Amino acid sequence: MQYQSESRNYYSSSTTGQGGADPLERVVRLASGSAVVIFSVSTCCMCHAVKRLFCGMGVNPTVYELDQDPRGQEIERALSQLLGGGSAVPVVFIGGKLVGAMDRVMASHIGGTLVPLLKEAGALWL
Amino acid sequence: MHSFKAAQAIALTNSDVYCHSQSPFYLRGEEGGRNGARFADLGELEQSTGSGFHHDDAVNLSRSSMYNDLKASNVSVVSSNNLQFGGLNNSLGSAEMVSSGTGVDSSQFMSHKGTIMAVGGGGGGGGGGGGGMGNGQFENWGDSGVVADHSQQTDTSTDTDDKNQYPGIHNERLIDMDSLDQLKGKIGDQKALRRLAQNREAARKSRMRKKAYVQQLETSRLKLTQLEQELKRARQQQGMFVASGYSGDHSLGGNGALAFDIDYARWLDEHQRLINDLRSAVNSHVGDTEMRLLVEGVMSHYDEIFRLKSIGAKSDVFHMLSGMWKTPAERCFMWLGGFRCSEVLKILGNQIEPLTEQQLVGICNLQQSSQQAEDALSQGMEALQQSLVETLSSNSLAPRNSGNVADYMGQMAIAMSKLATLENFLHQADLLRQQTLQQLQRILTTRQAARALLAISDYRSRLRALSSLWLARPKE
Repeated sequence: MQYQSESRNYYSSSTTGQGGADPLERVVRLASGSAVVIFSVSTCCMCHAVKRLFCGMGVNPTVYELDQDPRGQEIERALSQLLGGGSAVPVVFIGGKLVGAMDRVMASHIGGTLVPLLKEAGALWL
Repeated sequence: MHSFKAAQAIALTNSDVYCHSQSPFYLRGEEGGRNGARFADLGELEQSTGSGFHHDDAVNLSRSSMYNDLKASNVSVVSSNNLQFGGLNNSLGSAEMVSSGTGVDSSQFMSHKGTIMAVGGGGGGGGGGGGGMGNGQFENWGDSGVVADHSQQTDTSTDTDDKNQYPGIHNERLIDMDSLDQLKGKIGDQKALRRLAQNREAARKSRMRKKAYVQQLETSRLKLTQLEQELKRARQQQGMFVASGYSGDHSLGGNGALAFDIDYARWLDEHQRLINDLRSAVNSHVGDTEMRLLVEGVMSHYDEIFRLKSIGAKSDVFHMLSGMWKTPAERCFMWLGGFRCSEVLKILGNQIEPLTEQQLVGICNLQQSSQQAEDALSQGMEALQQSLVETLSSNSLAPRNSGNVADYMGQMAIAMSKLATLENFLHQADLLRQQTLQQLQRILTTRQAARALLAISDYRSRLRALSSLWLARPKE
């Protein structure tokens, strides 16, 4: 699992400008940065469960802990909107595409669509 | 129908013949206008639902006092205008004809001109005669002369004990003897008489046994309904106690657990019914469409319990997680408020064979993914517990210091928010269960899915039975 601080990424790609970037845009940018991206809060146990799920499958997700990020709150709000209300975390992106919150992830796994998605994104090799 | 051969053409049912002892004059015949095979039903249970005595029309002259509680269905009214025994007719045509000494109001005898009422031998358990005689449902003996059975004499001679039992009949019996003396001469087949008597005895005994058995059933049925009512009352009371213990808003929370318990019990009953339907469908090889409908029915019924559980979790998540609504054995082996998905697939075993290659792959994948999801949720729960431990055992909570009260409250607030995620975990676990079942249904054919559902249901009901057995086991 790779824990990235959002601010580091932000500084490294700061050519687009400073604080005016739309949080949602940032989310998209970050999500496209790795095969599997999880937005999480360090104290959230459900986020912990999601992380364990992917690790158990042998996947190495990139995790952004929003509570350790100076602009994490904005992102949380944006994610919450993206998901249509409710809790913002955990949220999973695979291959830059939104999979969803815990329930969607598990439904997709049980339904057999998660593994092909992971393979497609190059996060999982048989 | 037993027919009785005698000198005259008599149609009598054997088993009823004994009834002479209870009534001086006993006639029986073919089921004329009555419900067919009524006499053949003697000894069968009466379905009387309290039709009661049709005092106006018929009198229940069942021979023993046991029959008193039975409804008046034992009465068979026989009428004949062709009595060959005019003497009998006269002597028995009066209203004070027969009283069986069982408390029947003999004054309610109907006396019709030329008609004689007699009592059908109350079938064991009051079955026999069938529903109370309707008005004017008299047997027509037709033209065959109806004769008081000669075996009546035998009856009186062999059933001496009956005389003691029915003191009220003594007088009538004497009248019988006199008037029937003439019969003695007419029929002389002693062997036949003895046989008849024995038959009567046997029939009577079996009827009495049946009557006793039915009474037993009735009393235990009454007891059962009483117990059920008590239980319901106790539950309501319990609910009231809980409600009264809380103020305003909380009363709903207190009742949430009880409400769910009641809903679950109802759900379980309905589930059993659906499963039974499915089972009979599987055994009788119904068509695919019907089978699919039944499978869909069971599946959507499962959706119902998940819905109920989520409502229950909103009002009382600890009750749901505790599994107090399950039997002990189920509770012991449950996971996050319900059954284990990975377990479900193991239960299926080889009951859903044969499987195609593709199905086999699908099942294996399902097994693996459900196991992984289960593990993930379990680890999430462990993390929750761990963080709760950290929060509650924090140093700031220890000493009673005014400065620490704020800390205390702060930590408690954090702990509260962690607890709030319990509902989410329960919800995810239920979703997992639901999706596992749905995926199973997708992979399997309709028939396989039916067998799978039966296997799962059987396993769980056996687990429940195991609980009962365990609780009832003799303790050394």
